[in-house]
Amino acid sequence: MRVLMFGWEFPPHIAGGLGTACEGIVKGLAHNGVETLFVMPSASGDEDQSATTIINASDVAVDTMAETVDEFLDKVKFIHIGSNMVPYADPEEFGKLVEEEKKRQVKDFSISYGQKFKFSGKYGANLMEEVARYAMVGGTIAMQRKDEFDVIHAHDWLTYYAGIAAKELTGKPLVIHVHATSFDRGSVDNIDTRVYAIEKRGMEIADRVVTVSDLTRNIVISRYGIDPAKVVTVHNAVDFSGRENLQVERGVKEPVVTFLGRITYQKGPEYFIEAAAKVLKRTKNVRFVMAGSGDMMNRAIRHAARLGISDRFHFTGFLRGADVQKMFALSDVYIMPSISEPFGISPLEAMRTGVPSIISKQSGAAEVLKYAFKIDFWDVDAMADDIHALLSYPALADFSARMGYDEVNALKWNGATAKLKKVYESVVK
Amino acid sequence: MATKSICLYFQVHQPTRLRLYRFFDIGKDSHYYDDFANRTILRRVAQKCYLPMNRLMLELIDKNKGKFKIAYSISGSALEQFQRFCPEVIASFKALADTGKVEFLAETYYHSLASLANESEFRVQVEKHAAKIEELFGVKPTAFRNTELIYSNGIGEMVYDMGYKTMLTEGARHIMGWQSPNYVYTGETQPKLKLLLRNYTLSDDIAFRFVQNKVTAEQYVGWMKENAKEGDIVNLFMDYETFGEHQGAESGIFEFMKALPAAVLKDGTFNFVTPSEATKKYKAVSDIAVEDPISWADEERDLTAWLGNELQNEAFKKVYAMTEKLSIVNDPELWDDFGHLQESDHFYYMCTKFFSDGEVHKYFNPYDTPYEAFINYMNVISDFQIRLDEKRAALDVKATVAEELGAKKRKKK
Repeated sequence: MRVLMFGWEFPPHIAGGLGTACEGIVKGLAHNGVETLFVMPSASGDEDQSATTIINASDVAVDTMAETVDEFLDKVKFIHIGSNMVPYADPEEFGKLVEEEKKRQVKDFSISYGQKFKFSGKYGANLMEEVARYAMVGGTIAMQRKDEFDVIHAHDWLTYYAGIAAKELTGKPLVIHVHATSFDRGSVDNIDTRVYAIEKRGMEIADRVVTVSDLTRNIVISRYGIDPAKVVTVHNAVDFSGRENLQVERGVKEPVVTFLGRITYQKGPEYFIEAAAKVLKRTKNVRFVMAGSGDMMNRAIRHAARLGISDRFHFTGFLRGADVQKMFALSDVYIMPSISEPFGISPLEAMRTGVPSIISKQSGAAEVLKYAFKIDFWDVDAMADDIHALLSYPALADFSARMGYDEVNALKWNGATAKLKKVYESVVK
Repeated sequence: MATKSICLYFQVHQPTRLRLYRFFDIGKDSHYYDDFANRTILRRVAQKCYLPMNRLMLELIDKNKGKFKIAYSISGSALEQFQRFCPEVIASFKALADTGKVEFLAETYYHSLASLANESEFRVQVEKHAAKIEELFGVKPTAFRNTELIYSNGIGEMVYDMGYKTMLTEGARHIMGWQSPNYVYTGETQPKLKLLLRNYTLSDDIAFRFVQNKVTAEQYVGWMKENAKEGDIVNLFMDYETFGEHQGAESGIFEFMKALPAAVLKDGTFNFVTPSEATKKYKAVSDIAVEDPISWADEERDLTAWLGNELQNEAFKKVYAMTEKLSIVNDPELWDDFGHLQESDHFYYMCTKFFSDGEVHKYFNPYDTPYEAFINYMNVISDFQIRLDEKRAALDVKATVAEELGAKKRKKK
């Protein structure tokens, strides 16, 4: 089994969890005897290629994909470089606009034809353009390497167009992998409709949709209207190999309860603050830390101040690299009160460090972590009760730390990718 | 004339379930019980099981003119709930007691694990239970069954010492080896204590496998004959709630029980005996060595359902660590809560054996996870500890005041 895989990033240069997951997946697949060609928009050359072959899309000129530009555009008719919205147009005028748009696309495309495109590979302002260009290059790569893979695998919406282009041009089956949906990025009535459209398109055209949790699977089925029969859950895993737990010296003598992540609506920071206030009413012998940054950080700081707990509730700002490990090592309880979390790898990191974790039932991780404490994100009483219990009853903290450590060490990509391999086999004739 | 016997004994117990007790409640609210759930569940089980089954048993005893006999062990916790929420159940058990064909067994009042923790607490509970049985049903128990049929040599010695010559326990495979549970045995270290061992195959054929077995009373008699080819007695011990609650009425379990006595008597191989009659009738064939306690629970037939992980052990240790202070304070309200907090069910809810017997555990468990069970229990224990400490401190104050008063008086003189 050989896979042409489209990703957006790959360690060591990563902005989010997607790159880490992709690395785990290609390594796990290699272990299961699956070869991968991993395409990414902007490779730096220092990626670990022991388990996969990395193709840098920025190095590939668009030239060999189809007989003519027209044919390509005909096949990949959805690609719009620069999105033009035409709110009011009568049918005649609309037809004219469509023609113009088509011409513009042919022109646009002709310019890029035979050229390389320097991708930023970031999540910047011209993301939409990069996504579309990535599809063109993706199609080219797929045609060039037509005989080197059996199935196409695309990770998250940024790469769906590339996956679709590859499928349309080569006729090979497409698996798309949903690590997150628009509904995990904004609230239900405030999603990016352009992203939603790309996601839906990808899910519809794909032969199989892989989701990172049953929670996400349900969103794909109910919010995108995808046939349940082709949506498969493959839970995330995490690669802890070669990881030594840090020994850190503690500055404060009180136990520390930690939230670590983006401080955004989806992560439920306010519920954590409310729960902290409830615990502090009862005992002063505890400190709370909110590590990370995000658009709700200032609001969170004001919230804590309003509740009069700022002397016990601390903000660290954004943490990077070793500081993240250090924060886990300094914690006694980890909490992830996410309102919606497709999976959520951070509690696994915490448990691997021997820190008992409280996670919301609205997270994908809750489906696989038996030894984490599970609460509804809104149930601040239950959250406070769990925090208090973990601080007050040592047997509970010891038990959950020990069992949790063993549990997360057993969640291996080798197992998850074996399932993924089955998904490939189900679509390759 | 039948030479072999069947001993039927039913366990009746309802736990005093705790309410959702958050740490906010500690030191503020000392009502620990979920009265609504306890009442609702008790009334439901009474309608589905206790009342119809008691009616049926009474009918069968009358019909078979003294040849059908049974035994019950009813925990004090269950009796309290009957009295509070459904007194007609007490009345129906009284009617059964009045036939003289029903033996009531002794157990710990609170269906507790006290036998594993504290001998004096164990004795107090057994006495409390016997007194309650005598008060309600007018009979004094002469045979003993420990919570969940927990038994060991040491427990057997304590039980005999309390005056019981018959005790019931599990015919656990790892203890019995090649020996059959269908004989009377004695304790290894207390040879005067006679032991009746549960035939788990035949008991579970009804209790757990009735639906899948689809067995008729006549077929079941055949199974018993086959199983007891060697042996004197078949001990069928099971939860009373098997009838109508675990196995619903629609399963036909009532019809099965209705037909069983007649089928047994007609066949003629067996008659019915109560536990105390059984140990009088049959000679013990051997002793049984049980060093580590056994029980009737799960595949392991050991204590791991209640004391199998550190959460359970911690909770168990914490609750029994208070015994000494309680004796000093000697406050009836505290004793009452202390008793209910010892019910074995609370520890069972904290069991983390997720897999092999997970299904059974889930069925009997009001909590979603063992963590919740532990946290809730420990919060309650924390409050209880505060009350105990306060009462203890008040005693010291009283003593000091009394001493000072005495000193003043002496001075005046």
